[in-house]
Amino acid sequence: MEIHRYEKAWFVAGMVLIVGFIATIAYGAVGPGIAMVDDSGGTVGADPIANGNWNSTDAFREPGVYRTGENSFDVYIVAQRFAFNPGTGEPVRLPTGSEVTFYVASADVMHGFNIAGTNVNVMVAPGQVSEMTARFDEAGTYGIVCHEYCGAGHHDMAGTLEVVPQSEYDYEAANSEQREQLRTLQGGDR
Amino acid sequence: MATITPDETDTAAETDEQVLDEERDAFVDKFPTEARLTRWTFLVAFVALGIGGLFGLIQALHRTGAFRGFVSSADYYTILTGHGVLLVLVFTTFFISGFFNWAITRSLDRGSVDPRVEYGGFAMLLVGTVLAAVAILGGLFDSVPLSADVLFTFYPPLQAHPAFYIGAALIVVGSWVVGLGWFRRFWAWRKNNADERIPLQAFMVLTTMVMWYVATIGVAIEVVVFLIPWSLGLIQTVDPILARTLFWFFGHPVVYFWLLPAYLAWYTIMPKLAGGRLFSDPLARIVFVLFVLLSTPVGFHHQYVDPGIPEGFKFVAMTNTMFLLLPSLLTAFTVVASLEHAGRQQGGSGRLGWLKTLPWGKPAFSGMALAGLMFAAGGFSGMINAGMNINYLVHNTLWVPGHFHLTVGTAFALTAMAASYWLVPQITGKRLQLRGVAAIQPYMWFLGMTLMSNAMHRAGLIGVPRRTAEPQYEAFNYAQTVGGYGEMRIQIALGGTLLFVALVMFLAVMFATILAGKGGNLRVNSEFPEPLSGADDAPKVLDNLRLWAVFALLLVALAYGFPIYSMIQSGALDPSIPAVPVSLAGWLPI
Repeated sequence: MEIHRYEKAWFVAGMVLIVGFIATIAYGAVGPGIAMVDDSGGTVGADPIANGNWNSTDAFREPGVYRTGENSFDVYIVAQRFAFNPGTGEPVRLPTGSEVTFYVASADVMHGFNIAGTNVNVMVAPGQVSEMTARFDEAGTYGIVCHEYCGAGHHDMAGTLEVVPQSEYDYEAANSEQREQLRTLQGGDR
Repeated sequence: MATITPDETDTAAETDEQVLDEERDAFVDKFPTEARLTRWTFLVAFVALGIGGLFGLIQALHRTGAFRGFVSSADYYTILTGHGVLLVLVFTTFFISGFFNWAITRSLDRGSVDPRVEYGGFAMLLVGTVLAAVAILGGLFDSVPLSADVLFTFYPPLQAHPAFYIGAALIVVGSWVVGLGWFRRFWAWRKNNADERIPLQAFMVLTTMVMWYVATIGVAIEVVVFLIPWSLGLIQTVDPILARTLFWFFGHPVVYFWLLPAYLAWYTIMPKLAGGRLFSDPLARIVFVLFVLLSTPVGFHHQYVDPGIPEGFKFVAMTNTMFLLLPSLLTAFTVVASLEHAGRQQGGSGRLGWLKTLPWGKPAFSGMALAGLMFAAGGFSGMINAGMNINYLVHNTLWVPGHFHLTVGTAFALTAMAASYWLVPQITGKRLQLRGVAAIQPYMWFLGMTLMSNAMHRAGLIGVPRRTAEPQYEAFNYAQTVGGYGEMRIQIALGGTLLFVALVMFLAVMFATILAGKGGNLRVNSEFPEPLSGADDAPKVLDNLRLWAVFALLLVALAYGFPIYSMIQSGALDPSIPAVPVSLAGWLPI
């Protein structure tokens, strides 16, 4: 079989492009450490999320912001048609420069969890906890969007994330529920 | 080498009008039964295209806020489901059935072994379409107790009426049965031509169908084993991630089921329309074999941001996906080389001067060429989607429909329209009508898609989601970019309107042609020039379809065996997740 020399050159250039793409992605994982969403969040039954029986599962906690270290936080969010809790009724509040791990679970159908214009982008499936870690260096109000169709009110399912400078972040008095959680944490829960 | 009868150009003298009917050399006269089946499939395809396209216009105007008077935002999702199902399932499958039926008949130069098989498949496609369409459109009427607002991807636990799933299953099974008719023809041909190379178009049809049989295993299991019994209440629960995995097992290769017929047109029809010939038959065969092997074990790249799936499986799918670029890159070379050869044959010279001698006034040619150009752009945005880490920025944003309106929405759809301008006269025996409208229609589509698609891509980058009736929120604004989101919305609404105008132009040409009287010599025929490098240059092993089918299944087993096994190990068969029927849910904000 005869292959034209331009065809051979094109083939080689194509393979270089392909291998190059794979190499950049491998480098992204190993170098800058861009982790993929995976199964690390674990599975969770439908009942604890839908009915709020938080004590019946180790995989999830009562929705809210939990301080886990000097400048690191865990945020537990329930996605339920057509709201994020927290996020929709009250914003999720975090200080700048904090390392945040989101744990998002669905109470009913497939949802999406996307902080608009950022890399925080994950599917939320009933039965699974979606885990994703991010850092917010710039203060501002970010939009949280449900980007997977979830029913007739899907377009109303959105919320906000407020990132404020550390000096303005009220670690003690964010809200009463959150304070309660922080107290629990200081008591050595985590 | 066969004598070539060139297609007449649009400016040909009208003297051929005087040629008597008996001297016509039309496909319809030689294969009347096959031509009739293709006519029927095209008719259904065009009706689906018209309704689906109208739904597209409604969406473009609704979600940009240009006009929201057609439907409520709750019913937007009924329209969106209809748009997806009618265009990517019904229009494509019917058109491909008719187009491949023509290609394999012409290529093997023989009719059906038993036309009841192909017609039986067509009947299943039709019944399936009616069931699915009724279930979807029922969502628009409160008095009809049917609803299927689950979109084209129908992820459980959102639950549609059983008629929707049964209809979807019948469409897939119908395509299998039509394909069986083509394989029976091939086996009959093989008996009499034991040592012959498979003619190129037949090779393309058969390899595409091998890929399709492998790919549809996933959705067949999802729908038949899980969703139909579940929607009938026979089983209580379906695991959402397992269902998504089975769906995307099918959901990526289905795009090649749309693309490969376009490739068939670009490889075999377009060079002839340009006044030249295919550059390389062996390379075309290699490309189609690569698609058989690589199309299916890639579905996890639609699930990069899914929970419940280990990173390793995603990485394997990413690698396979990147290698899937190869056959498309090779296609770009071969198709452009064929066109350059044609341009130079017509007297074109210089580095790019040959482009000017191509027949840009012939809609069949210009449509395919513009479709190919847009596919190149769509290919590049596809590379971004395939990039596992950068996908974080674009997953489920408007970028994604921006991408696939270039691929299925133009590479396939515009090629199908262009091929229709050339093929419908041959299957009806009627000359193409409204030729002036036809000549500008591909350019109208190209312009509309340029506006709509570039704006959708850019809107995706600032986080505007796909699949939503009102992508503007009270609580926050999208990041400011050049032009701003307002400018993108205008482009999307305007582009969608131009696309609908182009669609109406296409349908006007088609229905005027179908309703026109027979008579006169056709200006087109189904004879093809020999490739510059012919089939004899291709290794014989390429024609071993059984071998490629076995390899394809092995690769699928490697890519999916362990992931699905581990999902089942972690309880995917008994997930106890309640169904959420769309027909009862209504609009109940919680």
